[in-house]
Amino acid sequence: MSTVPSVGDVDTIGLYRTTIGKKAVMAVTGVALLLYVVAHMVGNLTIFSGAEAIDGYGRWLREIGAVWPTRVALLVCVALHFVAAYQLTARARKARGRYEHRRRVQGSYAARTMRWGGVILALFVVYHLLDLTVGWLNPNGVPGEIHANVVADFQHWYVVLAYTVAVLALGFHIRHGVWSATQTLGVTTSRVIGLGVAVVVCAGFLSVPFAVFTGLVS
Amino acid sequence: MYPEGSPIADQRAPAGPIESRWDRRRFSARLVNPANRRNRSVIVVGTGLAGGAAAATLAELGYQVKSFCYQDSPRRAHSIAAQGGINAAKNYRNDGDSVHRLFYDTVKGGDFRSRESNVHRLAQISVEIIDQCVAQGVPFAREYGGLLDTRSFGGAQVSRTFYARGQTGQQLLLGAYQALERQISAGRVEMHPRTEMLDLIVVDDRARGIVVRDLVSGAVSTHFADAVVLATGGYGNVFHLSTNAKGCNTTAIWRAHRRGALFANPCFTQIHPTCIPISGDHQSKLTLMSESLRNDGRVWVPSNPLDSRAPNDIPETERDYFLERMYPSFGNLVPRDIASRAAKNISDEKRGVYLDFADAIERLGSLAVEQRYGNLFEMYQRITGDDPYKTPMRIYPAVHYTMGGLWVDYDLRSTIPGLYVIGEANFSDHGANRLGASALMQGLADGYFVLPGVIGDYLADAPFEALDDSHPVVADTVSEVRGRVKTLLAVNGDRTVESFHRELGRLMWDECGMERNEAGLRKALERIPELREEFWQRVKVPGTGEQLNQELEKAGRVADFFELAELMCVDALHRAESCGGHFRSESQTPDGEALRDDANYSYVAAWEYTGVGQPPVLHKEELVFEHVTPSTRSYS
Amino acid sequence: MKLTLRIWRQSGATGRLVDYALDDLSPDMSFLEALDVLNERLITSGQEPVAFDHDCREGICGMCGLMINGMAHGPEKATTACQLHLRHFRDGDVVTVEPWRAEPFPVVRDLVVDRSAFDRIVAAGGYISVPAGSAPDAHATPVPKPDADTAFEAAACIGCGACVAACPNGSGMLFTAAKATHLGVLPQGQPERYSRARDMVAEHDALGFGGCTNTGECTSACPKGIPLTTIARLNADLLRAHTTRSDR
Repeated sequence: MSTVPSVGDVDTIGLYRTTIGKKAVMAVTGVALLLYVVAHMVGNLTIFSGAEAIDGYGRWLREIGAVWPTRVALLVCVALHFVAAYQLTARARKARGRYEHRRRVQGSYAARTMRWGGVILALFVVYHLLDLTVGWLNPNGVPGEIHANVVADFQHWYVVLAYTVAVLALGFHIRHGVWSATQTLGVTTSRVIGLGVAVVVCAGFLSVPFAVFTGLVS
Repeated sequence: MYPEGSPIADQRAPAGPIESRWDRRRFSARLVNPANRRNRSVIVVGTGLAGGAAAATLAELGYQVKSFCYQDSPRRAHSIAAQGGINAAKNYRNDGDSVHRLFYDTVKGGDFRSRESNVHRLAQISVEIIDQCVAQGVPFAREYGGLLDTRSFGGAQVSRTFYARGQTGQQLLLGAYQALERQISAGRVEMHPRTEMLDLIVVDDRARGIVVRDLVSGAVSTHFADAVVLATGGYGNVFHLSTNAKGCNTTAIWRAHRRGALFANPCFTQIHPTCIPISGDHQSKLTLMSESLRNDGRVWVPSNPLDSRAPNDIPETERDYFLERMYPSFGNLVPRDIASRAAKNISDEKRGVYLDFADAIERLGSLAVEQRYGNLFEMYQRITGDDPYKTPMRIYPAVHYTMGGLWVDYDLRSTIPGLYVIGEANFSDHGANRLGASALMQGLADGYFVLPGVIGDYLADAPFEALDDSHPVVADTVSEVRGRVKTLLAVNGDRTVESFHRELGRLMWDECGMERNEAGLRKALERIPELREEFWQRVKVPGTGEQLNQELEKAGRVADFFELAELMCVDALHRAESCGGHFRSESQTPDGEALRDDANYSYVAAWEYTGVGQPPVLHKEELVFEHVTPSTRSYS
Repeated sequence: MKLTLRIWRQSGATGRLVDYALDDLSPDMSFLEALDVLNERLITSGQEPVAFDHDCREGICGMCGLMINGMAHGPEKATTACQLHLRHFRDGDVVTVEPWRAEPFPVVRDLVVDRSAFDRIVAAGGYISVPAGSAPDAHATPVPKPDADTAFEAAACIGCGACVAACPNGSGMLFTAAKATHLGVLPQGQPERYSRARDMVAEHDALGFGGCTNTGECTSACPKGIPLTTIARLNADLLRAHTTRSDR
C-alpha cells in the first residue's frame, strides 16, 4: 500500500477510488456549497433594508476581495461534486438491475431526484449568473445595481416562476443531501434536520422574488 | 429378515479414567509435521457447523482442503435454522453444573444408547466451543454486566444453554462460515458451492475421493484427496415433511454406506413436540418453534377430548397441563421424546395441543416475553395469522433430527479407512434421543476440535498414490453416477418426484414415526420396495442432465430415501424395545412410558449394505456403561 | 383462491415473462408452495418447471429471493418470500415474479441468480482472525449489552441479496455494512476493524456493485430490518481506514 500517493496521513487516491470516498467528496463539497448558499441567502435578505443596504453589501464584498476567491472555491467544489456524481451515476447505471415491473417502497422523492435535480440546478445556476451576475439576461442589467436588477427581474411572473422552481429543486436537493452527507461522513442524523435546512433556505430565497412581485419591495 | 454378522467395537477410545481419555487419545494419535501438511489433502462435504468448522480448522492447520455444498453459498447450510441454543458445561450460573453433569444428562437423555467415551469428550469440549465462538464474534445474548446469559433446555435442571435470541444456529454458523471464507481467501480452501456429492470413490480400501455433479452446468466430475470427511447432516426428509431444509438429503452418507460404511441406528429419529401445525395438502415443510419456548410457555390440552371451543374460551379448570401433571420435577421441560409422546398419547393429530404464554405474560410482562421470544412469536404469527400474545399457540410434533447415521469410532472414522463422518451425519453422541441445544454442541465439537485433533493419525500415512479418472475403480464409479442420472431422465413416466416423496413420507410417518409396531413396520417393509419399483418405472424428470435441473436433484435424493427408508424400518423392527425416540408400542410400561430392554438391546446396531432390496447384515457394538448406570429414565 | 403468476423464464442469455393461471390455491399456502403447485402441474404436463432457489423455508437461510410485484420478497415487511403467505394477496391478482437483478448477480436460470459476490466480500475481510483453539475464556472480555445488541441486530443479515435487488444503484453496501458493524462494535473485532472495512469495501467495489446514495430502499426491503445506521458506521470506519496511516 506504500505506493499509493498520500497527503500526510490521508490516503487520498486510495480513498477516492472507493465508492464511499467519492461520496465523501460529494458530502464535503456539498456541505461547502450549502454554506455558501446559506450565506448568499442571508445576503439577499439585506434587500428588505432598502436599496442602499443590498448595493452596499455588494460593494463591501468586492472591497474586501471576497468575490474571486469565493468564485474559484465554488467552481472547484462544483467540479468535484459533479465529477464524483457523474462517476457514481455511471457506475450505478451499470450495476443496477432492470426490472419489467418495479415498485419503490421507500417514498423519498428527494432521494430519487438528486441526479436530475442536480442537473436542473446546474442549468439554473448558468441562467442565474447570466441574469444577475453578468446582467445579459436582466431587464435592467447594470452591474452593481443589485437592487434595481432584482426589482426589474421579479416584475415578471415567468422570472418569479423560474426562480421558484429552481429554489424548490434546491430545497429537495438539500433535504436529501444534508442527511446523505452526514450519513456518508459517518453520522446518522435525523432526516428532520435536512428538511429543516431545506425549508429555511427555500423560505429565505423565495421571500425576495415574492416580496418584489407583490410590491412589498420596489 | 437380516443375518447377523460379526460384532464390531470402537478400537480407538482409550480405556481407563474417562476424564483423561481424550487427552490420552490425542497424545497417542500420530501427528503430521506442519511442513508436510500442505502435501496432505482433505475433502469436506457439507458446510454446516461440523463441515464448515472442520474445513476452516483443517486449513488453519495447513492441510489442503476442498469444501463442497449443494447450496449457493456455504453460509446457508441447515445448521443456520437451529434456534434455541448451545449447551456448555461452563457453570457460569454456579447452579451445580459440571462436565460430569452434562455428560450424565446427555447419556441419560439419550436413553443409554450412546457411548460413554464420546459423550464425555463432548461435554469436555463444550467449554472450549463457547470460548472459540465468542472470540469469533458470535453475538451471544448478554446480561447488563456484559457477561453471557444462559437459559434452560429440556432434560436439564441447570441453566447451561447459551443463545443468540432465536437464531443461535445462524450466528454459530456465520462464525464458522467466516472462518471458512478467511481460509478460502488465503487460498487454503478450494470452495465448490452448488455442487452435490453423488458417490464416494474407494480405492484399495481407502476413501480417496468423491464424484460430484455441478448443479449449474450438470457436469459430473471427480475430486481426489487423502481423506474424505462427510458432514452432510441428517436424513429427516425421508419423512417428506420435517423441519429440515428442502434440500437436506441422505445421498452422501447413503452412497458411502453402499460403498461399505456401516449405518448405525438408522431408526433413531427425533420428533420435536413444538412445531407449527400443518395447514394443508400442499404443505412443503414444517416449521419448528424453539424448545426454549417451554422455559416459560405451558403446554395443555382441553380436559374434555371433545371440547371444540376456542382455546381462550376454555376455563382454567377445564385445561389439563399434562406435562406438569405427569412430570412434576421437570414439568414442561422434559426431553423432546417424552413431550412428543405424552402429547400424542393424550391427544390425537386433529385436536389442539396448546402452548400458552398467558401466565408468563402476566408474571413477566409482555415486554420481557417479547425480548425473549419476540422473533419466534412473529414467525408463528406470520405463518398462522394468529397472535400468540393473545391466543395460545397450537403446536404439532414434527420430525426434527436423526440420531442415527454412519457408524464411526472414537476418531469419527467410519468403517472405510479415510472416510470420516462428523455432525448429524454420524450416529455417535446422542444415543436414542438428543437433548435440546446439543446438536450445535456436537457439530462444532466434531468440526473445530475432535476431527482436527485426530485426523493426523490417518494422514500421517499419506500422501497416497495419485489418482486420475483413468483408474478403473474411478472410471467405474463415474460411469455408475452418469448411468443413474441418465436412467432418472430416461424413465419419463407420469408421476412427479414430489408425489413419490409425499407417499413415502406419509408411510414412514404412519409406520415408522413416533410410535412403531411390528405389524406396521412389516407393512411398510412390503410397501416400500413396491413404491421404489414404481418410482423407477413411473417417475418423470423433465429437462436434461446438462443444466440446472432441480427435479433431477430431487429425484436422485428421493431414490436414495427409498433405500434408506427400508433400512430404517428393518432397524426399527429388529429393535423390539422402546428407547428414546424409538417407541415400540409392544414395549411399554402399564402407564405408557417407554420400556427399555437392556438385557437384549444395549448395543449399537450397525448395518452393512448388501444390495438394493437385499437383507442388510447386522453388526452389534456392545455398549459398556462404567460411569453412568443405566436406569429407567425418570423425569417425574 | 385464484392467482395469475407472471413469471420470468430464462434458460439462455435472455428471457421473458410468461403467464400461468392457478385456480386452486389456499390462502394458507406460502408463496413458494404456490410455485410448487405450479411446478407439479408443469411437470405432469411435460413442461420444464420454474427454477427457483429455496431451502430452509423458514426465513433464515437466505436462499430464496424473488422480486414479487416489483418488491424484493414481496409486499410484506420483514418477510422473506418463503414466509410470505397467499393471504396477503387478493383472489384473482396478477403477480409478477422476477429474479433479483443486478450486474454482480447474473441470472443462472429462471428465478435463480448467482450471489457468490457476497461470499467474496466476506472472504475479503468479514471475519475475526481467530484459529480454532486460540480463544481466551468467553468471560475474559465482557461486552456491554448495548454493543452486543447492536452487533446482533447487524449479524441477523441472512445474505439473501434483497438489499442489492431493491437498490436503484445496485449497491451491496447494506450487506457489507451489516458485517462490518456486527464485527466492528464487538471488542473482539477491534484489531481488524479498519482493515476489514477497507478490504470489504474495496472488494464490494471491485465486484461491480454500485455506490450507496442513502435512498433507504435496501433497509425497507431487508427481511431482517438491518438499519441504515450500519452504513454510516461503515462509512466512518472506511474514512478512518484511509485517513490514519497506522491502520494501513
